[in-house]
Amino acid sequence: MSVRSSEFFTLRWSNWPLALAAAVVVIPLAVATLPSGVAFWITGLAVALVVSTLVVRAADRHTRRYAGGLLVAPALAVLFVMNIFPLLWSFGLSFYNYRANRMAPPTFAGLDYYERVVSDPTVWDRLHTTAIIVLLTVTAQMVVGFLLALLFAREFPLRRYLLILVLTPMMLSYVAMGAFFRYYYEPTFGLLSQTVLLLTGERYVLLQSTAGAMAGIVFADAWMWSPFVMLLVLSGLVSVPKYLYEAAAIDRVSPWRRFWAITFPYIRGLLLLALLFRTIEAFKLFDIVFLLTEGGPGSSTETIAIYVYRIAFQYFRTSDSTALAYILLFTVIVLTNLYLYFARQRARET
Amino acid sequence: MALWEQLGLRRSHGVGQAGWCWTLVAAIVSVIYFFPVLWIILTAFKSYGDALAVPPKFIFTPTLDNFVAVFSRAYSSGSKAQDTGFSLYFFNSIFISGTSVMLALIIGTLAAFGFSRYPLKGNDIYLFVILTTRMLPAIVVIIPIFLMFRVVGLSGTYAGIIFLYTAFNLPFAIWMMKSFFDELSPDVEDAARLDGSSDRGVFFKICLPQVKAGLAATAVFGLILTWNEFLFALLLGGIETRTVPVAMAQTVGGDIGVRWGLLAAIETLFLIPVILVTFALQEYLLRGVTFGTIKR
Repeated sequence: MSVRSSEFFTLRWSNWPLALAAAVVVIPLAVATLPSGVAFWITGLAVALVVSTLVVRAADRHTRRYAGGLLVAPALAVLFVMNIFPLLWSFGLSFYNYRANRMAPPTFAGLDYYERVVSDPTVWDRLHTTAIIVLLTVTAQMVVGFLLALLFAREFPLRRYLLILVLTPMMLSYVAMGAFFRYYYEPTFGLLSQTVLLLTGERYVLLQSTAGAMAGIVFADAWMWSPFVMLLVLSGLVSVPKYLYEAAAIDRVSPWRRFWAITFPYIRGLLLLALLFRTIEAFKLFDIVFLLTEGGPGSSTETIAIYVYRIAFQYFRTSDSTALAYILLFTVIVLTNLYLYFARQRARET
Repeated sequence: MALWEQLGLRRSHGVGQAGWCWTLVAAIVSVIYFFPVLWIILTAFKSYGDALAVPPKFIFTPTLDNFVAVFSRAYSSGSKAQDTGFSLYFFNSIFISGTSVMLALIIGTLAAFGFSRYPLKGNDIYLFVILTTRMLPAIVVIIPIFLMFRVVGLSGTYAGIIFLYTAFNLPFAIWMMKSFFDELSPDVEDAARLDGSSDRGVFFKICLPQVKAGLAATAVFGLILTWNEFLFALLLGGIETRTVPVAMAQTVGGDIGVRWGLLAAIETLFLIPVILVTFALQEYLLRGVTFGTIKR
């Protein structure tokens, strides 16, 4: 690097070698001598200083070559500190014997925790529960979303305002809706129980049985996220060129054939993307279960996310939870990869 | 053609009588679909007795008591009304989501411009990793962050939760803004460069003004996502930094029994802003809910 000494020592915002050198000196000193809380902030400030000098330099017109790297540097720095580094740390922890509520120093355990998690029947039971919920809720969302899209694919007055009524649920808070679905399912005052009482003359407690609790969760989740599928399908439906339908009308093609030959190719890709996206999201289902049933009755609706929460923050089996979390992480990475692959493919086609 | 027009979101002209039939069908379906939200809003205006009436009351005398009780109420009959802390929780929700979205938007827009205009080696891999951090189950991410925050003394502080939410919003901001930058025609930029405009000038004078709407949409989306977020706030927020969703969840399992009218009033205050901005967001809804991966 050909930095002349006079340049190196000038205090300018674009002088990143100086900032970097200062950080390299200051950070180890702070970590070694100061309490960890203070050292953290000094480290953060030093990193911020280096990053900001890099950004200033990126904005300089003569350094176009570096611009790409320097523009993305702050974002990568934040994500590294808040996501990548903690995840690597917990990856390390999953090989150690560690409980977050004990003072005992971690001892090496190798792959023991992975072995324990994989051979634990409870984990498989929770995965089974999650799979059932994912299957039911995603199917319901696809069907309801598709039907809603068919309804809204036509042009009619006030369409825009009615559409927003249907689209709103997915933007709302899981917690708010979960809390209120609890009210709808409430045995005495809830709307659902009162409707059932009116129809059959019998009291009905939905969340008491396994099947009922499952249905309650699936209904609330499908209600919130069917609009997502609808939005995707709708954008496919409106992209079908009108002349294709006109040609089909001239040829007197049956509606059934018209759908499979003309409409379906335009929404196939979007249906697949909706399916993948909703599967990833449903796999993570936490808030609504936490609010509605807390995994009950018993543990019959405990999804894998709730289970990880319990072993991490209620039983403090930290190493178990990190090992299990890593298994979930790889599942989601695979699904996300698939999703992006199909999204890119679609973007190229259109 | 803008997505807005493609979806037929503009008022259509010259629709015949047959159109109104569809409107009627669609109206019935939409109102039934929206009913759970509508019922929350109705319940918020009911008195304690009306909220628990059997059969449910559709016609009742509206009262604002619940809204008053959200912020201050007597905990036992006859005692003086006390502050419930909800003004603080609402302030926290606004302050924390506002600050973190602003930070994420600044950092994210720069990065999105970088990814869009100056592709790095392995650009797609960076983008994939960034999106993945956002798609991971929150519970997976939270365990190590919880331990880290405990070590450095950040749990329960504004700085900690804002920093966390900045990282939470960043992948979304990057992917959204990149999708907007990718759409811009390069011709204008090239012309500006030929006229001697610097890279900085191109970014601030040419590109940013063109994606103003995108910036606004990304900001509003980020605000909604942060506003609704629950698990991070539950595990890393302290008493002073508690946000509304956490307080709401505690009201459900709370010591006062479940006063549904009260909960409905909290939720109405919490949901109405989201419903209103969703209306303004229509054009970008598809892009927003798919993190910018599907544009149309």
